[in-house]
Amino acid sequence: MKVILSSEQIKRILQDLASRIIAEIPGQVDIAAVGIRSRGEILAQRLSSLLSSELGKDVPCGTLDITLYRDDLNSPQGTAQPHVRTTEIGFNIDDRIIVLVDDVLYTGRSTRAAMDALIDLGRPRAVKLAVLVDRAGRELPIQADYAGYKADVTPGKLVQVNLVESDGKDEVVVE
Amino acid sequence: MALKRKSKQFKWHRKHLLGLRELSAEEITYILDTAEGFQQISTRSVKKAPPLRGRVVVNLFFEDSTRTRNSFALAASRLSADVIEFTKKASSVSKGETLLDTAKNLEAMGIDIVVVRHNAGGASRFLSRSINACVINAGDGFCEHPTQALLDVYTIRKLKGTLKGLKIAIVGDIAHSRVARSDMWAMTKLGAEVIFVGPPTLMPGQVEQLPVTVSYSLDEVIEKVDVINMLRIQFERLGGNPFPSVREYSHYFGLTVERMKKAKPDILVMHPGPINRGLEMESEVADGSNSVILEQVKNGLAVRMAVLFLVNQAAAQKG
Amino acid sequence: MSSELLIRNGRVIDPANGVDEKCDVLIVNGLISDVGKIDKRAEAVIDAAGKLVTPGLIDIHVHFREPGDEEEETIASGSAAAVAAGFTSVVCMPNTNPPIESETDVEYIHRKGRKTRKTHVYTMGAITKQREGTELAEMGFMAEAGAVGFTDDGNGVQDPAVMLRALKYAAMFDVVIAQHCQDNGFAGDGVMNAGYCSTILGLPGIDKLAEESMLWRDIQLIKKTHVRYHAQHISTAGSVELIRAAKKDSLPITCEVTPHHLLLTEDCCAEYDTNYKVNPPLRTSKDIEALKQAIAEGLVDALATDHGPHLQSEKELEFLTAPFGIACLECALGLYVKALLEPGILDWPGLIELMTAKPAKIIGVDKGTLGKGKQGDVTIIDPVAEYTVDASKFHSKSRNCPYNGWQLKSRVEKTIVGGEIRFSADGT
Repeated sequence: MKVILSSEQIKRILQDLASRIIAEIPGQVDIAAVGIRSRGEILAQRLSSLLSSELGKDVPCGTLDITLYRDDLNSPQGTAQPHVRTTEIGFNIDDRIIVLVDDVLYTGRSTRAAMDALIDLGRPRAVKLAVLVDRAGRELPIQADYAGYKADVTPGKLVQVNLVESDGKDEVVVE
Repeated sequence: MALKRKSKQFKWHRKHLLGLRELSAEEITYILDTAEGFQQISTRSVKKAPPLRGRVVVNLFFEDSTRTRNSFALAASRLSADVIEFTKKASSVSKGETLLDTAKNLEAMGIDIVVVRHNAGGASRFLSRSINACVINAGDGFCEHPTQALLDVYTIRKLKGTLKGLKIAIVGDIAHSRVARSDMWAMTKLGAEVIFVGPPTLMPGQVEQLPVTVSYSLDEVIEKVDVINMLRIQFERLGGNPFPSVREYSHYFGLTVERMKKAKPDILVMHPGPINRGLEMESEVADGSNSVILEQVKNGLAVRMAVLFLVNQAAAQKG
Repeated sequence: MSSELLIRNGRVIDPANGVDEKCDVLIVNGLISDVGKIDKRAEAVIDAAGKLVTPGLIDIHVHFREPGDEEEETIASGSAAAVAAGFTSVVCMPNTNPPIESETDVEYIHRKGRKTRKTHVYTMGAITKQREGTELAEMGFMAEAGAVGFTDDGNGVQDPAVMLRALKYAAMFDVVIAQHCQDNGFAGDGVMNAGYCSTILGLPGIDKLAEESMLWRDIQLIKKTHVRYHAQHISTAGSVELIRAAKKDSLPITCEVTPHHLLLTEDCCAEYDTNYKVNPPLRTSKDIEALKQAIAEGLVDALATDHGPHLQSEKELEFLTAPFGIACLECALGLYVKALLEPGILDWPGLIELMTAKPAKIIGVDKGTLGKGKQGDVTIIDPVAEYTVDASKFHSKSRNCPYNGWQLKSRVEKTIVGGEIRFSADGT
């Protein structure tokens, strides 16, 4: 097990992501952060507070449960049984720029599912993808708009993002 | 918000939902939790999600039913399944096409999930032994009606937070009610106290061995319960003449405006529908502020989506 | 030309004559000629060392479905099953289609039985025409034709006045009136025992009172008429109480018990397996205890199978719809051994008595003993052989046997009817 990002680094990366988003997105457009359950949800909350304070206006935050949109639902999955949880997006996504937030971008399958899930909720002006860790191994033509840390990890290894809210501390490890 | 680590480890393994008697409290809770994830599908712009895409659900109904059948059909289509409706009167004789034949024929067409309602207790269990598809019991004789009870407890949990410690009255023809039985299992497993209320002639045999208390007086019970579930008097099921007249029945067991005055102010009034207005319940009560009857119908959809999703998942896991 | 069959060295059990010893049995020209140490050459000899040699077993309650439902069983297939199970005499129930209600019907059954040349086939006649419980059937003519008793089995005679009339009328003929005690008003459309189990399974129940109330009523009628009365397949502790009291009053009452009411309870219906759907229904362990106690006390007069064959297609229906009945003729002995001998409720002579002399007495036939000059009906039993019930190998046409796969002890080796070996386990 190797720590690749410390608590301090995570904080800096999020700050950096927020700055890049603000730099690119025109001020008059409404934006919102939507996190993919479960670590993306926490990161989206942190990102939305950073964005809110920087922009001096409320950037709403929501949570997306993508279980129903997974592409492996009807194939045997061994022990990893999907648990359906709630999608909690308390605002209208129409005409907003949605910053989709996830912890790790790997195969791109979760992002695909998240986009489908999002589209069923309305028609955003644009969907941008922000991730904390970007690792190689894409199986779909998907790229992050805002990638925090590009990790060079051997295929098959697990990148585990731990966050205070769910795991007691902030760090990213490779297992 | 702390993540529910515990529910992460839980594994749903049933490819059939036949009754709630055999389910643990944990399993029931898991269905309810899962149903919460389906609630919002019905309220958003695209009221559909893809998890049952390419799956075929058969509504195999041997008894009249509009709402349960429609609820299942809608739940299945919201999950992108194809739905076949098969409605037939059950025959009481042994000649002609049997339940088994019918099911095997449907299975040969490549169906994945059978939602079955039948007048014989155990019909769904019987089917689950004989075919490979997933079987969901939509009511069998007076044995069980699991999805109705699940939507009942879902509704109560949503409005009261928990079932633990609640007193719940189930009123009416308990003897012939599959809803009463499934409710009893679900509610008691989740920690509620259930009181069966009705005339002794409509109580099931050995009721003292069931995990409930029994009362013949609605007037006594109404004051102390948090939830009251008024069963439909099903004239087609009543054998003989269990009460002298409709007039006398509603006098003792009807939920009237007058009786409601004695109830707790936040009592939930439930009914599995369709209501015989003026018999089990006066219209003012059915449409009153304590009534959650339409909420039940709405929640039924989410619960049935959850059940369809879960049994399909269990089947997929088994490969 | 005389024919001789000598059965050597078996443990001969003849309860009617108080015999239980290792000796020989000689059958000459179809009749028992001698029992004891026989030092004689015979043209046919069976070595029965280590085996039990008993009077031919008698089952006074079987359904062979002929005429009318030959797809389920025929007298031929049922008789083949009977000898394979050691039964040298069986009594068919009259609830065929049409029912047995005239002397021609009785003769038809007899003729079919003779033609099959397996077991002796007797029949009871219906008490009422069409078994409808209203008008008396021609009991006199049927008795003359050889009917060994009367019953509307499948139904009890509901109307007390009709039952009283039947009993009074039967007094002329010295026959037994047998009753399937079940008050249909109580039983309703029940399909299993009324109780906790039926409640949670959501199936309509048959209250014990359905059986007991009719039995009680009939006992009052016997007090009045003193006609021989036989309570068929009693199944409840309450019925045992009634029989106990009636016997104490020296009423002419007898009763029988089936294997399933000694071995299976209502809990068996939990999975809606229709092979457990039987009438009277399977009751509770308390009832089983009471029935066993009754047997231990000598209150029960016969063990009878109520062999009720049904097609697989009929038993593949929902529990509510499938017909009542258990096919168990072919494993009956092993079942009785399991229920009564292994727990020590009966010893071999006691068990054999309830399967031979006592039932013979109920139906008034001169059988069930190895007395000199009696019919040469003998069953040879291997009391230690173990086997697994395999319903697919039954001689019966039906497979609706809940004991399929059970491990049972004691097997019928040979069945001899009128001095003729009609069944041999080894196929000889």
